[in-house]
Amino acid sequence: MTSLPEPRRGPKKLGLVIDLDICVGCHACATACKEWNASGHMGPLSDFNPYGGEAWGVWFNRIHSFEEGEGEGARTIHFPKSCLHCEEPACVTVCPTGASYKRAEDGIVLVNEAICIGCKLCSWACPYGAREFDADEGVMKKCTLCIDRIYNENLAPEDRQPACVMVCPVNARHFGDLGDPRSSVSEIVARRGGGDLMPELGYKPVNKYLPPRLGRMSPSVADTVGATDADPMLPGERLLRWVDRLLSR
Amino acid sequence: MHPALSVIFFTTASGAGFALLILLGLGAPLSLLPTSQSFGLAALATAVVLAAGGLTSSAFHLGRPERAWRAFSQWRSSWLSREGVFSVLTFLPTAVFGIGWVFFGAMTGLVVLCGILAAGLAAATIYCTGMIYASLKPIHQWHNSWVVPNYFALGLASGFLVLHFLIRLWTVRPSGFALLTLIVVLTAWWIKERYWRFIDTTSGRSTVASATLLGSRGSVHMLEAPHTEENYLLKEMGFRIARKHRLRLRRVARLAGFGAPALLTLLASLLGGVVAIISAGLAVASAALGVVVERWLFFAEARHTVTLYYGAETV
Repeated sequence: MTSLPEPRRGPKKLGLVIDLDICVGCHACATACKEWNASGHMGPLSDFNPYGGEAWGVWFNRIHSFEEGEGEGARTIHFPKSCLHCEEPACVTVCPTGASYKRAEDGIVLVNEAICIGCKLCSWACPYGAREFDADEGVMKKCTLCIDRIYNENLAPEDRQPACVMVCPVNARHFGDLGDPRSSVSEIVARRGGGDLMPELGYKPVNKYLPPRLGRMSPSVADTVGATDADPMLPGERLLRWVDRLLSR
Repeated sequence: MHPALSVIFFTTASGAGFALLILLGLGAPLSLLPTSQSFGLAALATAVVLAAGGLTSSAFHLGRPERAWRAFSQWRSSWLSREGVFSVLTFLPTAVFGIGWVFFGAMTGLVVLCGILAAGLAAATIYCTGMIYASLKPIHQWHNSWVVPNYFALGLASGFLVLHFLIRLWTVRPSGFALLTLIVVLTAWWIKERYWRFIDTTSGRSTVASATLLGSRGSVHMLEAPHTEENYLLKEMGFRIARKHRLRLRRVARLAGFGAPALLTLLASLLGGVVAIISAGLAVASAALGVVVERWLFFAEARHTVTLYYGAETV
């Protein structure tokens, strides 16, 4: 059914929370995603010309890098992006065959590859670029929120998390039920002022992004950097200055 | 957006075909068209070939064309599915209408009813085609109130030009119809110009800041792309066209799609005879080229919000 399921009372909304403040842009989540999903529920994730020029293929997760601000106040932000499992996913309602669907029980948006005709309309309807066409299989592919991990009873309970969350070396990704206001993911979103991407389009993404904290690069730090250049310090002073900076974090 | 040739041919040909069905379904019962059975055969065959040819072409755009029949199932939510359903439904009353007109020369009762029904369903099909694009919020150049009128206007202008040519082959002096065709072509031109003006002077609400939640420290711009090579998203949604080509192609669309067909139609109505037939035929040929260029631009000028993640700052 491509019509959206009737919302249930107290629905489960499984999703990710991504912390833009601490993501270091290592691409481990994208690599782990590709590694797991190439042989997972939506696999294979076809690659074309993988060892030559103009290599391209299907990935569910991509890490963009942005710069915010100008000059000394500027900051680099690494920005992982995958399917946001929206509450109002137009990718589902535009599907002419019913291949694209949203699960009522946990809100995960999936593609039934057996009936997908590869018309690509869902990829046009997604503002976020979450869906990719597999030119080898002729069907659309997308993030499954690792549905074959999170419910997999063959895995240890602590491993029942999406591959991207498991692998993140700096804990910038969190997985949980965003429909439950008392869940740890909902609490971190509330505490850090997490928000939606392109809220103006009304897709109501379930995945939330935590904005970078303000004031990490305060003017006093900028001044210290300037002062160091102006009058050279003795090695001992430099060590103390470093300890001071470390402790005042 | 990537302009796929199969989709361009589909929307232009079936737009003209279904518009022609509207004109035949309403025009024949109202005795505004030649009533001969041979005219009915030629006109209906042209309409059906254009409409069905376009629909067949659209299947080449699919990754799995053998499953195309599944697209009829989700008419409750999907404009693409609705378009499929209405396009196929249109052929049912068209068949009765065509058989009644061509084989029995009858323009009464059931045949008239089926003509009107076919016209209504053909109009619904064109509306659905427009809505497939107009319903897509990520693409500002499509998600606006000019798109559906644009599809109707371009379809009707093509349908009128084809019908004008066919009428010339059967009737010697149909000057009233030529003037009507001229008015429709000029109206379509006006709508297209308004559409172009709209997309030139406005942009979508989404920006790189709203797409990334960034911007509290100042302007946001892409530092590094996630991958060094093109991917599906960039090939399909990130299609870009150089400004100078865009303006040049708009001139081609203006001239071939509207200017030349309008002049040739006017010429046909003034001259009559064989020259008029040739003029009307050239008007169709010129419009075909113009509408294909127009439709190519409709895709090429459309900017998707996913490009905000790849360096675009507005869409």
